[in-house]
Amino acid sequence: MKNYSSYLEIRKDLEDQIVTCETLVNHYLVNIHKHSQLNVFLEVYEEEALEQAKRIQEKIENNSAGTLAGLVVGIKDVLAYKGHGLGSASKILTGFKSQFTASAVQRLIDQDAIIIGRQNCDEFAMGSSNENSAYGPVVNGKGNQKVPGGSSGGSAVAVQMDMCQVSLGTDTGGSVRQPAAFCGVVGMKPTYSRISRYGLAAYASSFDTIGTLTKSVEDSALLLETMAGDDEYDSTVSTKEVPAYTQKLQKEDKFKVAYLAETLSHEGLNHEIKDAVENLLKKLTNRGHQVSEANFDLLDYLLPTYYILTTAEASSNLSRYDGVKFGHRTEDSKNLESMYKKTRSEGFGEEVKRRIMLGTFVLSASYYDAFYTKAQKARRLIKEQTEEILSKYDFIVSPTTSTVAFDIGSINDSLEMFLADLFTVQASVAGIPAISIPYGVDKEGMPIGIQIMSRHFSEEKLLAFARQILAEVN
Amino acid sequence: MLSQKLIDKYQPVIGLEVHVQLLTASKIFAGDDNLYGSAPNRNVSVITLGHPGTLPRMNKKVIRHAIKMGLACGSTISKYQVFDRKNYFYPDLPKGYQTTQDSTPVCIGGVVPVKTLSGFRKEIILNRIHMEEDAGKSIHLVGEKDTLVDFNRAGVPLIEIVTEPMIHTAEEAAAFLQEIRKLVRYLEISDGNMEEGSMRCDANVSVMLKGAKELGKKAEVKNMNSIRNVSHAINHEIERQITEIEKGNEIISETRTFDVASGTTSGMRTKEELNDYRYFPEPDLSPMEVTDQLLSEIKAEMPALPKELVQLFVESYGLPEYDAYVLTDTKELAVYFQKLGEVTGDFKTSSNWMMGPVKSYLNDSGIEIDSFPLSPDQMGLLIKAVQSKVVSQSVATQKILPVMIEKPDSDPMQIAKEMNLIQDSDSNSLQPIIDEVLSANQAKVAEYKKGRKGLLGMFVGEVMKKSKGKADPKLTNKLLKESLSV
Repeated sequence: MKNYSSYLEIRKDLEDQIVTCETLVNHYLVNIHKHSQLNVFLEVYEEEALEQAKRIQEKIENNSAGTLAGLVVGIKDVLAYKGHGLGSASKILTGFKSQFTASAVQRLIDQDAIIIGRQNCDEFAMGSSNENSAYGPVVNGKGNQKVPGGSSGGSAVAVQMDMCQVSLGTDTGGSVRQPAAFCGVVGMKPTYSRISRYGLAAYASSFDTIGTLTKSVEDSALLLETMAGDDEYDSTVSTKEVPAYTQKLQKEDKFKVAYLAETLSHEGLNHEIKDAVENLLKKLTNRGHQVSEANFDLLDYLLPTYYILTTAEASSNLSRYDGVKFGHRTEDSKNLESMYKKTRSEGFGEEVKRRIMLGTFVLSASYYDAFYTKAQKARRLIKEQTEEILSKYDFIVSPTTSTVAFDIGSINDSLEMFLADLFTVQASVAGIPAISIPYGVDKEGMPIGIQIMSRHFSEEKLLAFARQILAEVN
Repeated sequence: MLSQKLIDKYQPVIGLEVHVQLLTASKIFAGDDNLYGSAPNRNVSVITLGHPGTLPRMNKKVIRHAIKMGLACGSTISKYQVFDRKNYFYPDLPKGYQTTQDSTPVCIGGVVPVKTLSGFRKEIILNRIHMEEDAGKSIHLVGEKDTLVDFNRAGVPLIEIVTEPMIHTAEEAAAFLQEIRKLVRYLEISDGNMEEGSMRCDANVSVMLKGAKELGKKAEVKNMNSIRNVSHAINHEIERQITEIEKGNEIISETRTFDVASGTTSGMRTKEELNDYRYFPEPDLSPMEVTDQLLSEIKAEMPALPKELVQLFVESYGLPEYDAYVLTDTKELAVYFQKLGEVTGDFKTSSNWMMGPVKSYLNDSGIEIDSFPLSPDQMGLLIKAVQSKVVSQSVATQKILPVMIEKPDSDPMQIAKEMNLIQDSDSNSLQPIIDEVLSANQAKVAEYKKGRKGLLGMFVGEVMKKSKGKADPKLTNKLLKESLSV
């Protein structure tokens, strides 16, 4: 079977009876099994997916199929799917099954998408290399024992290796875009609040967004327009109307594009990636876009702001995992306090514990103003300065990451690992949409990603521009 | 017991935190039933249990109820509000944090005027009223090693009413709680039932030497399930603190629990005192705006409040203040009285009936007005029978009312006829009875004529007896006086 870059092609072949849903599902299942050593899926819903395929195939033949009929989707293990395991790649949720389905996932199912399984990730979406999973690291399908990036590493590799057509990941600071860059796929994080978070096991509520990992911008647009929009179960979701993104992709407008001086001159930036970005900027100029340098002097404040606020929220969001109601409970407790301590010590991994402690610290009475309050102020400044740039330019173009995928086990220092998100956290802190698209490879063949950021709720334009660039690369 | 002299040396300072469960169909952040008394863990959806991925959904009724309470207390209503998370671990707290309001309470300030049993009046100033969710209940069964948790109550909407530390006696505290209970019932936002825990009170109690500038260290007393218990607990705590200080000991800031059986308070584990709640804005709920439109909608829904009714009863109906207070004690009583006044067209007389025979029937039967068998319309018929002199007041209250209560749909006129109780207002039939009474009591008549005018009542009584209560008392009086002056 051919490797479809977009669902449009699949749909055409389904309607022309060149493939069936079952052939599609079987094709992905074969790849899942063939690449099981990459440790991508925590659970594969094999029989169920095949049954769905049969059912949906009939609908296609009856002309009653939904807009995503036969789209095979993998979901990151932080998204709820009724009756299925939900583990956040953590021991603390061992054996837990969700009793409801995430709103975004439900909207895909309602359009006859097929959920093929849940995907490995960093525990509670905390990490940049997918090495923090309680179920072992995910391995990048490219290179030799390279990380896939994180935290949606499994979701990225699944698309990279054609184990499903698209994946749903989540992005809190770059967790969709960074693995997309490392794996050479398209990773899209929409505006904060564009997609309902209901059913997303929270890491940091005011940053968390559901994002997509796809082979094409067309599929990002398709998923986004299906999932986005008002939801009675999420009071923070935007009620703004959802544009028909897929209908606006062909726009070939000329744009004002900024790149950030601080980003391109950053000492940690790999020179091959820098060259790639500069090469792209040149091309854009040649194509008639207006490309200029802009300044963002808050770059150094991004990571501290991000880590203070996300860990603060995480320390609270993860308090519910206490062994009382569900998930893991220690077998060895003497009293309530030891039950709490042992349950959580046994259930959480190192990085999660580190972030809970950090978050508890920054919220504690003696340090609250010095850290939490200050970080909130910094967040506002970052948002304002980013918006200021985007009031003059349509897009900010930057590398997605400062390096390509690194070796598994090569970074042991948390702070160094945090740098993997250096360029992606800006969009998360500001809540703006951003997309990472593959833009060539380095001399070892490892993928390079380009990130494009744009104004709040300007996904329509962002997707059209990303498609334009990708079309040129291919 | 401490001597009054010793007690008088000190000024107790008390602040109250009153939690009121709101009457809503569903919980504050979930569609689960807000029901008391269900079997354990029946009203618990994934949201209540804090399952991964769940988010709170604001029940809009809650903010309306909270604003009503604020309007009733003259609080300032916050235009812009957020919820905050109060973080702590406890098995009955499903998310590991309580969603509450810390930085932007729905109502700021406010005043609750109270009158104590001994008649002392005071205006209790509120610090704030805020909305929050209730926790579940930990249940320790006898003989059971494990603690069981019931999450039915988790997520039940609460308002917390916080007073300034300006209450000085248990009596004031009790009067405040009575007033709050009355208000929430009038507003129909809570049943205010302390026994079932739908109204709960924590008291922050400290004492200082009279005239001192600085407040003493306070203890927070919890676990009091009636207004009486709050009074007892506060009095005990005041005496305990004075005793400690007099012994030269320091008061420890701590949480103390009240034990009903012993009537004393005792310190809870001090570990709980070390909680740092790490409040921060709840990112899972959008900030709420109270629009002018919402506010005016809520204002339009406000019922008449007890203090407004007292004023109306005194100023427009001419009731004594005491009667006005009694008749506004509950909304149902006030509503009954007002209907009765409308039916009879005479509020004063209706009030006398309410304060007299109706109240004593309610007290004797231990019921509230809503269980009183007679509707205001029927009561009105009876009062009208007296007004039109068909029956006497005493016959109406003593003979007819009991029959009507037995047979609530009966007609008082019919009863009067059947029981031969129609009032005799005919001087032709009364005069022979009077003559008979006077001639049978000639010695008394002589005394009366010498100036013992007080004997008139005796003669009236005799006439009433002879007429079997049917004699019109006014007419009897008049005829007696005439006969005696001859």
